[in-house]
Amino acid sequence: MPFTSNRTPAVPTPASAATPAAPATASPALTIRNLTVSFGTNKVLKGVSLDIAARAVTAIIGPSGCGKSTFLRALNRLHELVPEARMEGDIRLFGEDIYGAAVEPVVVRRRVGMVFQKSNPFPTMSIADNVTVGLRLNGLRNRTLLAERTEQSLRMAALWDEVKDRLNAPAISLSGGQQQRLCIARALAVKPEVLLMDEPASALDPLATAKIEDLILELKRDFTIVIVTHNMQQAARISDLTAFFYLGELIEYNTTTKIFTNPAKKQTEDYVTGRFG
Amino acid sequence: MAMAESDPNVAGTIPRALAGRRFGDRAFKWFTLLMALTVFVLIVLIGCELADGSHLALRQFGWRFLVSSEWDPVSEQFGALPFVFGTLVSSAIGLIIAVPLSIATAVYLTELAPQWLRQPLTIFIELLAAVPSVILGLWGIFVMVPWLRVHLFPWLKGAFGFLPLFQGPIYGLSMLAGGIIIAIMVLPIITSMSREILRSVPGLQREAAYALGATRWEVTRIAVLSYAKKGLFGAVILGLGRALGETMAVTMVIGNNTQIAASLFAPGNTLASAIANQFAEATGDVYLSALFELGLVLLGVTVLVNAFAQLILKTFAGPSVTPQN
Repeated sequence: MPFTSNRTPAVPTPASAATPAAPATASPALTIRNLTVSFGTNKVLKGVSLDIAARAVTAIIGPSGCGKSTFLRALNRLHELVPEARMEGDIRLFGEDIYGAAVEPVVVRRRVGMVFQKSNPFPTMSIADNVTVGLRLNGLRNRTLLAERTEQSLRMAALWDEVKDRLNAPAISLSGGQQQRLCIARALAVKPEVLLMDEPASALDPLATAKIEDLILELKRDFTIVIVTHNMQQAARISDLTAFFYLGELIEYNTTTKIFTNPAKKQTEDYVTGRFG
Repeated sequence: MAMAESDPNVAGTIPRALAGRRFGDRAFKWFTLLMALTVFVLIVLIGCELADGSHLALRQFGWRFLVSSEWDPVSEQFGALPFVFGTLVSSAIGLIIAVPLSIATAVYLTELAPQWLRQPLTIFIELLAAVPSVILGLWGIFVMVPWLRVHLFPWLKGAFGFLPLFQGPIYGLSMLAGGIIIAIMVLPIITSMSREILRSVPGLQREAAYALGATRWEVTRIAVLSYAKKGLFGAVILGLGRALGETMAVTMVIGNNTQIAASLFAPGNTLASAIANQFAEATGDVYLSALFELGLVLLGVTVLVNAFAQLILKTFAGPSVTPQN
């Protein structure tokens, strides 16, 4: 799968074109303008514009097939792994165009980490090696430093106390919920500027889900988090801002309180109250 | 009445229908068990037949057969060592050449090749597996061996002549030529097995590595190869099984000289080619029996090498990975 970004230059748009009234944020972590993504002839995202606030949790909600996951993957250029993916528009990470001609997707992905729906630790690696794999890819070899970052990341992922005595055990010896927190630790170890989460708790039981949610609330003090979720209560519990997508379009974007108590659009209201989707 | 019987919702008919289905279930179990046992019985039978055929030689030479390197049909002195040596060395050469090639090809096919190229390339590799052994042998004699004699071997001798492996006269027909033919024969097997194994690595593993900012090579290394290493080892073992028993093509290029030589340029012989070559001319009972015993030894070597490989796999390949998707 070639990494050439099949990208056509974004049409310069005035800021006012970002129609779905985005809540004003001082300096957004990500600014997305007119994002259109298609796979072959299938247009999955149609001209989405929004700002992602720094050090806050932004939830992306919407029915299946609305383009949530594609939106998330466009933010770290992971959608480019699909051979016929095409992207138009403009995405800036703290002002820097991540689709710029000189920007390597590898570098973007080091700055924008991701946690997936199903936990995917590297099964042949130990717990500690899983945490440090990103750092080692970056060339960090110093053992003390690696050990420090292992502890730090596992603490941030609220997993340290459970695994500190068996850091060399294989990662797959952990339970599902622990594996997912290990994946979060792995993503955090490289100190990303933004953390993308694609339904990180959907495969977990309620107890493990609660732990992940507590963790997300902790992490937003240091990281910018964008989370895709199917769980309305989850979005309401943990996010500061919520964007509602439908059929590849951004329908409404506002503070979570506003979206869930007094949405501006009928479609949003129908979805968050469970009338469709 | 007829309706009542065919209607599963009528209470009285249920036990009968169920009894029939239970019988089917049991019959299915016994049938599959029988088929599985057939394989086992076949192997035992083959072993017994070989042992029976070789009892003369077994009685006459005993354990000396395995350690003696004398093979003299005229004075009826037989020892299997040169053939065991030849089998192991030619197979080792074959694997040393074929394994990196096969795995690199499989990685290219699953990870790097553009979509439109994957299918045609795969078909070509599978075609190579379909080339009959004897045709490969003919090609070996008329094309490969002369080329080796004129080009590759003199170059090897010049570059690595300080090693005993590459010293001595060059005939063309040689242990190295046999090893190269074996490499060609096991290449498609190891490649297609490896390809299947690499394809079974969940996409989620690759995405995990990509999301950490890994380059394509790093993704292949940390997410794909390490995930698949156990399966890849299995593919190599399967190729080794084929290499040990490969007969026709090897016989045609290895030179069939019963000796143990350090030089890979020297002609050698393998267990399988000795049997194939000498069966027709084996006149004496002891001679025939010795050939049978070579077959027994080949079976033994194959079983031992496989068992050893399984042991390595269990000891070093780390925790077993169950596919996640």
